[in-house]
Amino acid sequence: MANVAAAEPTHKRSFWAGIGQGRHVLGIAFMVPAAVFLLFFLTYPLGLGVWLGFTDTRIGREGVFIGLENYESLWGDSLFWLVVFNTLLYTIAASILKFGLGLWLALLLNENLPFKAFFRAVVLLPWVVPTVLSAIAFWWIFDSQYSIISWALIKMGLISAPINFLGDVTNARASVIAANVWRGIPFVAISLLAGLQTISPSLHEAATLDGATNWQRFRYITLPMLSPIIAVVMTFSVLFTFTDFQLIYVLTRGGPLNSTHLMATLSFQRAIPGGSLGEGAAIAVAMIPFLLAAILFSYFGLQRRKWQQGGAD
Amino acid sequence: MATVDIRGVKKAYGSTQVIHGVDVDIRDGEFVVLVGPSGCGKSTLLRMIAGLENISGGEILIGNRVINEMPPKERDIAMVFQNYALYPHMTVADNMGFSLKLRKAPKSEIESRVQRAAEILNLTKLLDRYPRQLSGGQRQRVAMGRAIVRDPQVFLFDEPLSNLDAQLRVQMRTEIKELHQRLKTTTVYVTHDQIEAMTMADKIVVMHDGIVEQIGAPLDLYDRPANQFVAGFIGSPSMNFVKGKVRLGANPMLVTDSGVEVPLPDAQGLADGQKVVYGLRPEHIRLDPAGVPAQVVVTEPTGSEILVVARLGEGAAAQEITCLFRERLSFSPGETIRIAPQPGLTHLFDEATGSRL
Repeated sequence: MANVAAAEPTHKRSFWAGIGQGRHVLGIAFMVPAAVFLLFFLTYPLGLGVWLGFTDTRIGREGVFIGLENYESLWGDSLFWLVVFNTLLYTIAASILKFGLGLWLALLLNENLPFKAFFRAVVLLPWVVPTVLSAIAFWWIFDSQYSIISWALIKMGLISAPINFLGDVTNARASVIAANVWRGIPFVAISLLAGLQTISPSLHEAATLDGATNWQRFRYITLPMLSPIIAVVMTFSVLFTFTDFQLIYVLTRGGPLNSTHLMATLSFQRAIPGGSLGEGAAIAVAMIPFLLAAILFSYFGLQRRKWQQGGAD
Repeated sequence: MATVDIRGVKKAYGSTQVIHGVDVDIRDGEFVVLVGPSGCGKSTLLRMIAGLENISGGEILIGNRVINEMPPKERDIAMVFQNYALYPHMTVADNMGFSLKLRKAPKSEIESRVQRAAEILNLTKLLDRYPRQLSGGQRQRVAMGRAIVRDPQVFLFDEPLSNLDAQLRVQMRTEIKELHQRLKTTTVYVTHDQIEAMTMADKIVVMHDGIVEQIGAPLDLYDRPANQFVAGFIGSPSMNFVKGKVRLGANPMLVTDSGVEVPLPDAQGLADGQKVVYGLRPEHIRLDPAGVPAQVVVTEPTGSEILVVARLGEGAAAQEITCLFRERLSFSPGETIRIAPQPGLTHLFDEATGSRL
């Protein structure tokens, strides 16, 4: 482009024609809308959140920069540490269950079942229903008096009194994890099913002829070939679970005795009903290291393996 | 090493029968090629031997044991797939040693057997690579290596060369044949390419629409095809077929639909006016001043030979005939040449049944 211009110095181009011709100018022009979008809707809120974490802003009052004071007070706040523990427990337990059950479901759906398309559609349902709606449904399922689970178990004669699902520390934790697992399974199952379908059936046939049992085929063929997709799916699943808010907010609001309070719900509680925007923001910012760790773990530990690299086909 | 006996084997998917009773006897150490057009059931038959498909009827015996109900891993066979089916997440060495690892063979034994197979196939330098890093021919060799390492009773090949380019295919053809001569393992090889079948087989099984059309040594099939299908399938370029009627007399003649008269060498057992198909291979046609006139349509010189497509007779019933000459000749389209069959190398088939007369 520059050479052409130099070779023809007498040739005059209008300003707009120049822009139309210049790759760089035009390229940047095309990128501007996306950049503006990212700046306004991602970078600005994130930046504002980080900034608020360093201030003592309250609702209705401009704050001033107070450095790490919010974080120092959180460090000594036993509720904050309980919430961190809750969040880790919630994330780890729910993710393991979602992975196990999701993989199991994906393997089932990958077999030649009758009504395969129908079952695949049904599996997606929990994912399609708005979270708040399904949370309300679970709220009824876990109701201390009218719970259908308690009712069924009493009718079967297995228990004599209704289970106090959301009123007991252990029960409440198990209940919200169960609800989260129910909601998260479709994402894991359908994604892993897509991964399973990319594995050529002839690999399984070759392994069968090589003498592999069903378990050995799963262990040596399916699992290693699925591992890149497992890494991506589980990273997303962990991120979604770690930042969960809606389910808890509807089901327990963090109770009983803050046993189901997560970092997201605590952040909201301190910032909006409590009015301490700065402290709430600091709790939200405190989630970032955990999320980064999860991403880095999957990036370095699980993502592209050596066998996937090199030699394009 | 073992014999393979296929006795009245049938295959049906629901109510659709795809293989209608196939009988093949394969001797110990024999290289048998199943050949036929796509959809003829040859791959299905191979997969039934392997145990990847159920056998709907009849019996398959490997080494005199009925294997109908035996799971694949107990049949002691190894198979090379069309797409090689190499495990992408394992190195070449792990791919080749996988079956031994599953059998819990000691590490040193796995290593030495993989090493030996790699030497046979020239793969020693590639043992640490992953399948992605190999070329098509190398992957093909790894797939064969995986079969060799197991030292099975029978090798099964399912169109192993069809994913390779033409040049490599010829090269691998030779390699597989050499390998068989060296290991002398009974081999069943499926292909749709009759040249592969002709060049590699001890015995060819020509299949068509789920039945066996003919079984025989390559040259027997070439010289004496049992029916019109085999005649047209074996040989390249394929055999010319001219429809016509027999006219008996002092010099028995075939009168083609377009009215051209061709002498019949042997009219024994033929009836006057019988409708027949006259088969003549392109390479068995020679130029002869006393021959039948034909009009040149297209010529295709390849250097070593020249392919001439000529029209026999006039009008709508005119038939095109392909001739192959080894001499350096040059014809222009529209030119009339006189051609005659080489004596003793013609074939006659019944028009209705297609079987050899």
